[in-house]
Amino acid sequence: MSSLQFPIFMDYHSTTPVDPRVLEEMLPYFTTKFGNAASRNHAFGWTAEEACEHARERLAKFINAQSEKEIVFTSGATESNNLALKGIAEFYKDKGNHIITAVTEHKAILDTCKRLEKEGFEVTYLKVDREGTVTPESVRAAITDKTILVSIMLANNEVGTIQNLTEIGKITREKGVLLHSDATQGVGKTPFDVQAMNVDLASFTAHKMYGPKGVGALYVRRNKPRVRLVAQMDGGGHERGMRSGTLNVPGIVGFGKAAEIMTADFEKDNARILGLRERLRAKIMTALEETYINGSMTHRLPGNLNISFSFVEGEALMMAIKDVAVSSGSACTSASLEPSYVLRALGVGDELAHSSIRFGLGRFTTEEEVDYVAELVIAKVKKLRDVSPLYEMHKEGIDLKSVAWVAH
Amino acid sequence: MAYSDKVIEHTENPRNVGTLDKADPSVGTGLVGAPACGDVMRLQIKVGAGGVIEDAKFKTFGCGSAIASSSLATEWIKGKTIDEAETIKNVDIVNELNLPPVKIHCSVLAEDAIKSAIADYRAKQAARAQAK
Repeated sequence: MSSLQFPIFMDYHSTTPVDPRVLEEMLPYFTTKFGNAASRNHAFGWTAEEACEHARERLAKFINAQSEKEIVFTSGATESNNLALKGIAEFYKDKGNHIITAVTEHKAILDTCKRLEKEGFEVTYLKVDREGTVTPESVRAAITDKTILVSIMLANNEVGTIQNLTEIGKITREKGVLLHSDATQGVGKTPFDVQAMNVDLASFTAHKMYGPKGVGALYVRRNKPRVRLVAQMDGGGHERGMRSGTLNVPGIVGFGKAAEIMTADFEKDNARILGLRERLRAKIMTALEETYINGSMTHRLPGNLNISFSFVEGEALMMAIKDVAVSSGSACTSASLEPSYVLRALGVGDELAHSSIRFGLGRFTTEEEVDYVAELVIAKVKKLRDVSPLYEMHKEGIDLKSVAWVAH
Repeated sequence: MAYSDKVIEHTENPRNVGTLDKADPSVGTGLVGAPACGDVMRLQIKVGAGGVIEDAKFKTFGCGSAIASSSLATEWIKGKTIDEAETIKNVDIVNELNLPPVKIHCSVLAEDAIKSAIADYRAKQAARAQAK
């Protein structure tokens, strides 16, 4: 008998379910241990504070920070990214006004940079190669005497490309420039070590690693160099003055537990997920012609598979496999009606960007689910190709690029 | 975004998918849209005596709403004269399929495909008349 449950979740880049072990540890902090971690004069406060400090230690260990004091809790990675970029820009503006990032960064970085540009900062958006990689040499070449910060993500959320932070960190350290990394998608799935990589600030969030939504962290280095930033929210001066606001104690407890599990199960979990990802890839790509991998096959998150199915539009395919939750780079799935800017940056043509599907596999993905999804995708792509004039033209040997299309 | 039941029904069971012989003088072919825009529709009509559309076929590369719009268009024009088919407006398709504002361009494309197929048929007929 089949143990499949529908719908099947294969969109682990968007979010992840809370691990039951995480939830169990969180629960008392909603009811009996409900104190405010900032209450310094009674047992309720002490219990809450102790729980948060324990989580801080687990998170510090998770990214190999030197001290738990380097972890600043936030509401999530978007806030962490905003705090890092705006906070650094404001603090170091007398030193320089230049920031370096890359075109494939998340909108929480790109839109923050756009805001800073309006305020007089200059931002260099580094190009990436066809695999989505930022070359360390391009970082070096972009650094000027006005550069205060380089922000490069650990791994991309659409195509899963892992950046070479080790080499980039050597360059920023040598040049005396701060390095921030949006580690949201990559942390726990690919090695991330703030000391070995010379990372000075790092953003991440609980809900991408089987913790709850609404809690994130910013790692801020305290030693060699001591990183300073200007708080972006005024209030009670929590989090060493860097982020005011009552701590989300149950969320933080869950975040800590989630990090502990990620640390303990790193090898085992990622090897299993990679095996499933490769099983899915092999099945689909063996059965279907004209399918293309977007991103890198050598520096890629284990759970990421981003494929373009030529002659089939992504949203139509998502609709056809409606029992499976995935994501697409098709314009039709975005509010802007523009295809994915990440795929464009990799040089993927608009046609193939419209035809892309991102599969995200994770801790609770099963082999049975992978087999089901592979069969379903193969059948539906074939069906949609039978309805596609482009596939028919391809079969007739017509070069689609030679056709004078009437764009509308 | 949730799809209307009619869009889902048409995409799961598209009507009149296929290809007519575009060399046939009684066949008109309309090919509209562009792959880079994410939608291409090909709509074909076979016109018989009295200008009646005896058969209609389509193939579409595009989202569910684009497939549904063209599927519906073929259903509607079959049995109509080309003059009648020409009066079909994109808003008729929008209303029938309950398309949301972001999908209105799919209905526009379907209207264009009908008009383009009819124009192709008429051009072929005119060329034949001239040749005679």
